[in-house]
Amino acid sequence: RFQINVRTCSSVSTPRITTHYTIHPRDKDPRWEAVEMERFADEADVVIVGGGPAGLSAAIRLKQLANEHQKELRVCVVEKAPQIGAHTLSGACLELSALNELLPDWKERGAPLKTPVTEDVFSILTEKHRIPVPILPGLPMRNHGNYIVRLGNFVRWLGEQAEELGVELYPGYAAAEVLFHEDGSVKGIATNDVGIAKDGSPKDVFERGMELHAKVTLFGEGCHGHLAKQLYKQFNLRENCDPQTYAIGLKELWVIDEKKWRPGRTEHSVGWPLNRHSYGGSFLYHLNEGEPLVALGFVVGLDYSNPYLSPFKEFQRWKHHPFVASTLEGGQRIAYGARALNEGGFQSIPKLTFPGGLLIGCSPGFMNVPKIKGTHTAMKSGILAAEAVFPKVTAENPDSETAGLHVPEYGENLKNSWVWKELYSVRNIRPSFHNPLGLYGGMIYTGIFYWILRGKEPWTLRHQGMDAHHLKPAKDCTPIEYPKPDGKISFDLLSSVALSGTNHEGDQPPHLTLKDDSVPVAKNLAVYDGPEQRFCPAGVYEYVPVETGDGMRLQINAQNCVHCKTCDIKDPSQNINWVVPEGGGGPAYNGM
Amino acid sequence: MSGRVLVGVKRVIDYAVKIRVKPDHTGVVTDGVKHSMNPFCEIAVEEAVKLKEKKLIQEVVAVSCGPQQSQETIRTALAMGADRGIHVEVSGKDYDSLGPLQVSKILAALAKKEEAQLVILGKQAIDDDCNQTGQMTAALLDWPQGTFASEVSLEAGKVKVVREIDGGLETIKINTPAVLTADLRLNTPRYATLPNIMKAKKKKIANMKPADLGVDLTSRLEVLRVDEPPQRQAGMKVETVEDLVGKLKEAGKV
Repeated sequence: RFQINVRTCSSVSTPRITTHYTIHPRDKDPRWEAVEMERFADEADVVIVGGGPAGLSAAIRLKQLANEHQKELRVCVVEKAPQIGAHTLSGACLELSALNELLPDWKERGAPLKTPVTEDVFSILTEKHRIPVPILPGLPMRNHGNYIVRLGNFVRWLGEQAEELGVELYPGYAAAEVLFHEDGSVKGIATNDVGIAKDGSPKDVFERGMELHAKVTLFGEGCHGHLAKQLYKQFNLRENCDPQTYAIGLKELWVIDEKKWRPGRTEHSVGWPLNRHSYGGSFLYHLNEGEPLVALGFVVGLDYSNPYLSPFKEFQRWKHHPFVASTLEGGQRIAYGARALNEGGFQSIPKLTFPGGLLIGCSPGFMNVPKIKGTHTAMKSGILAAEAVFPKVTAENPDSETAGLHVPEYGENLKNSWVWKELYSVRNIRPSFHNPLGLYGGMIYTGIFYWILRGKEPWTLRHQGMDAHHLKPAKDCTPIEYPKPDGKISFDLLSSVALSGTNHEGDQPPHLTLKDDSVPVAKNLAVYDGPEQRFCPAGVYEYVPVETGDGMRLQINAQNCVHCKTCDIKDPSQNINWVVPEGGGGPAYNGM
Repeated sequence: MSGRVLVGVKRVIDYAVKIRVKPDHTGVVTDGVKHSMNPFCEIAVEEAVKLKEKKLIQEVVAVSCGPQQSQETIRTALAMGADRGIHVEVSGKDYDSLGPLQVSKILAALAKKEEAQLVILGKQAIDDDCNQTGQMTAALLDWPQGTFASEVSLEAGKVKVVREIDGGLETIKINTPAVLTADLRLNTPRYATLPNIMKAKKKKIANMKPADLGVDLTSRLEVLRVDEPPQRQAGMKVETVEDLVGKLKEAGKV
């Protein structure tokens, strides 16, 4: 538990919560006066932030090109997870398009694709019943030809392929800061400092992070990256696109009764327990890797308006639906996790390149929302980035106006690729849910315009503003009565968090930073009844009574964080700024 | 005293991970699970590196017995300041049955081969909690041992060790060569920073097999079964003292 009672400069007596140097700079802090702040720097040709599908695909493609053209190329990947794949979480049904382009001999190389989809089931759920919906060929959620994968294992395998090609992988080291040349172009990144105490002071073991300089830096931080957030502002990358919209996906792995196991079966549902105005749905995939293992989860659109909604509790109660409970009865839950995902699609794609860098994968966001698939497009964006970057970083005389190379070709190539076409064709499905019939209106729209017309309608529906601004004040909403977990099918939050394996060095400043420590109680609690207590899938945020006197304070249990980014997205005050903790911290997902 | 320190480092499942018993009850699931260096081994490495920085010893050699992935653990030790590494390859069934006795034989053989002045180990590993390897290694070498060390100082060919014992602290002075095992309060290990990890890639790790050291890996122990601890049963609340006594009688406790 973190507690320091220090008066801030505000007129309200608020115990200091945020001690991170991004909010309280160290150059003005007397405790840091004598500390050596110089950083060791190293040079690479390309630095990639994020060892996920996009980052690793880019790294692999770069090295393939280097070998083809017999050029030396130093490619470094920094990844905050302690091992490659440990922060990866997804359903997932993998479409093979990008993998076949990148590593066509994936089978011989032992890629962990063991479960071809054999059965595709789609349902609309009511409280007790299920309405089956036929998945006709042509509908986006059809999975014929795809593989059910444990994406974390797939990413780990991609990492092995990358290392074989000579990519330098550095898991356990987070990119904490973007570095800039004097001309404003991106110079590279600096990794996180280590050994800062919870109160923001230097410990004996304090050491500066290191600087990795590159000709071009690829940012593949996944959905809602914290460095990307800065870059959007720095380079005005979002001026001609809609704001990104998001959902939170919660997931569990269960070992089920063998009699109930149907390897290759995929199930998706919409409807209960969400009402027709809240976007979301479920997935349940039967894996075929030896054990009777199912991956299941629930996705809730973060544009919901009721601050009493708890995505975690919706997930837990969905499992009690007879159709789902029948599969889980007698089984054992072995893993839990959560992650935000993009729902903005085509309309929310920002400008992708800037001097010295570019954005790949779910960070800018290429998820095909009705398919709920983003891995294939993320990988393709990584491949395209590598192909555009390679000639520039190996050119004898790179003709560049800036020290950091600008590679606008990447953005242009992406526009001409199947990624663009695919996202364009499904662009109106998600926004079509914003109509009086809600879910049903959306499904009708999908049926008519996507299935029949393949998204060729000439209009583009726009998104309705930022997710954070959709919350209504608590007084205008009805609290939701969630059933208590039964400990067999549904569970409490803390035992779930324990299964994510998440942990952080306790004695470090909370990485969930607040721009203003007084806002949570003054606004979030007062107006919205503290929605962060409910949308955080890891129990990081708690409003507790102050020790002396009346009133509440926000307690941040940063050690629980699973790096899902939901709080940064959904905070109605947009006061929470998620930054990287010390590298190696966070979840320890195993094949999620 | 100038000389060589051998430090043993073990790759174990990270302490924050929820352990799962394998469906066949022969052990715990390790595939894909997050592993890290045993926390007490980190303290041992730190102590060895500190001795080198004080110029009391010349070289720190990090040793690990295990499969291919043990090399990552050795690399972390190298990044913390060890000079070179030795990977004694043990994998498959041999690794499943690898225990303190075999590891001690390996470490004893290496200590002789490397002419080490000190062998520093963690007091125990957090996966098996055996707390035996240090003591067995000392016995096999017929060397003195300073176990549960919370303070170590070298003075003129001897080692002064403050040991954490049940009653408090015990200070002993032992001759070198000696075996020390690190307890929690010995030091705070430094981080393995990225520049050091990069430099560590250039440091040498020698590969060998237990047979090269004349060590037989046959285990004298056979694991019969591994089970999860029993589920904690819910308690119940009683209203009165009579109820409590009644329930205790029912359960046959009084």
